[in-house]
Amino acid sequence: MSARLRGTLLPVSLFLALALVPVFAKLGPESFILAIATRLVILALAAMSLDLLIGYGGLVSFGHAAFLGIGAYAVGILSSHGIDDALLQLAAALAGAALFGLLTGLIALRTEGVYFIMITLAFGQMLFFLATSLAAYGGDDGMTLSSRSQILGHDLLRSDAALYGLSLGALLLCYLLCRRLTASRFGRVLSGTRENRTRMEAIGFQPFRFQLVAYVMAGLIAGLAGFLFANQTGFVSPATMSWQRSGDLIFMVVLGGVGTLHGAVAGAAAFLLLEEVLSHWTEHWRILFGPLLVLAVLFARGGIAGLVGGRRG
Amino acid sequence: MSLTLLALQALNGLQFGLILFLIAAGLTLIFGVMDFINLAHGVQYMVGAYLAAWFTAATGSFGLGLLLAMPTALAFGLLLEVLIFRHLYERSHLDQVLATFGIIIFLNEGVRLLWGSAPLSVPLPESLSGSIPLFGGISYPVYRLAIIAAGLGVAALLYGLVNHTRIGMLVRAGASNAAMVSALGINIRLLFTVVFGFGAMLAGFAGAMVAPILSVEPGMGDNVLILAFVVIVIGGIGSIRGAFLAALLVGLVDTLGRFIAPTLLRALLDPAAASQTGRALAPMLIYILMAAILFARPSGLFPVRR
Repeated sequence: MSARLRGTLLPVSLFLALALVPVFAKLGPESFILAIATRLVILALAAMSLDLLIGYGGLVSFGHAAFLGIGAYAVGILSSHGIDDALLQLAAALAGAALFGLLTGLIALRTEGVYFIMITLAFGQMLFFLATSLAAYGGDDGMTLSSRSQILGHDLLRSDAALYGLSLGALLLCYLLCRRLTASRFGRVLSGTRENRTRMEAIGFQPFRFQLVAYVMAGLIAGLAGFLFANQTGFVSPATMSWQRSGDLIFMVVLGGVGTLHGAVAGAAAFLLLEEVLSHWTEHWRILFGPLLVLAVLFARGGIAGLVGGRRG
Repeated sequence: MSLTLLALQALNGLQFGLILFLIAAGLTLIFGVMDFINLAHGVQYMVGAYLAAWFTAATGSFGLGLLLAMPTALAFGLLLEVLIFRHLYERSHLDQVLATFGIIIFLNEGVRLLWGSAPLSVPLPESLSGSIPLFGGISYPVYRLAIIAAGLGVAALLYGLVNHTRIGMLVRAGASNAAMVSALGINIRLLFTVVFGFGAMLAGFAGAMVAPILSVEPGMGDNVLILAFVVIVIGGIGSIRGAFLAALLVGLVDTLGRFIAPTLLRALLDPAAASQTGRALAPMLIYILMAAILFARPSGLFPVRR
């Protein structure tokens, strides 16, 4: 197989499998399968946006769940005030994510390496504590949504299949967008900066601007994921943006294969599968999950996409 | 807002800051010398607290419990170093973050399995319970003063160790150029292990010290870890002096902020709104402080020259 073919085989089969989920769901406990699959697609969307930063920008953000939280809280806060129009909520989610990304990016991107990891972690935590102190919106406990978002006044997302379809559509669209983006001049400057910042500066680029745009873009996609996430769970709480969730997202990216985009989808699937299987087995599933994570780092380099082949970037 | 209350809060802030320093000192040394980002440093603090709780319950004396907890925390840290961390020094920061994140998940669940989810409480040692009167007719718990004294003592000890001993010189040399130190015939692996064990013991000591005044529970190290990150980022990674000043700054700003922010806002807003905004704003203060400092100095207050 040529490298180009291998590079498309995995993503195409992944998306085909995801598209067939609603069909197979009819054979089993439909709402359960659709709920898991929707969760998978949404987390894959968030993880993919993180891969844009980690895999292409070399920017290890440990606060990416904050954007997920912003998207979810945009839905929660607006719907608690009686605004349940999806377009308004989505606009608020994206605006919030862009603003937060711009403000924190301006500071975090002045630093690099391990400082960047710690600062993004701290900013994520800042937002987490802000959410826990919002007594009007449930504080620590979070809040339950009365209904899913309405599209132009119609309750189109009420069926699980419709929400799944919307989520999958969003994932596919963002995937194609990100692929385009990383193959463009913009993406090359971003990868070039990861490889050697000084050289990029020497040939006349200002890497900071490119990194900031990438950081905000990733935040926007994760904000969109947060909007979907709130609709899927019907519940918004600070736990949506806990730092453990940021860690989980990094794990999905690494598990799937850094710098491949579709690897994040495979990583999210593997992560949820692990979680489901282990938690059926024992209540203390994390005691197995932790060592698995360590072993994955120590021994499985290149991730799932690396195993299947077609590593890009 | 009375002045005595402010003084009490300042003492609390100082105590909190010194605990943060004990944790941040190890973290910043480990990073400075080994270029290793150790998220699992927070669970060392938790392990220290659990060990203290366990040994205190077993021996019936907090002093003995503390005495036993320290070497056990050290041994535990060294065990982790030999089993896992040692294989990560050469890896990318991304790998280090992820592997140590896995250790956090494992240990948090591990203590839950061993001791349950319910918080443990550790009785205050008899001799250090009660309060003593301070200036201006206020009294302050003896035990918290003991923590302050212990924290300052460790800070002085560390200062002496790092600046005036041979091993301290090696640590400083390792922080600026580990490869060169190794080339000069120093066993850098051994130095790494020593620094790592020492850092783990300091975090364990901090956990053991706060065990009687905080609830000992799974996940107690996570928030402290993130605060310790804020501390070392503000102080400049690798700098003990920076960690000390930044820890006090963070401790004071966090404690006093929670106290002062609602009071100050009351001058601008009506009482209900002021207390709500104040409560929302106070936990964000240290992060805003961090952002402001980093905006002016991207590598912290006392960057280590490399």
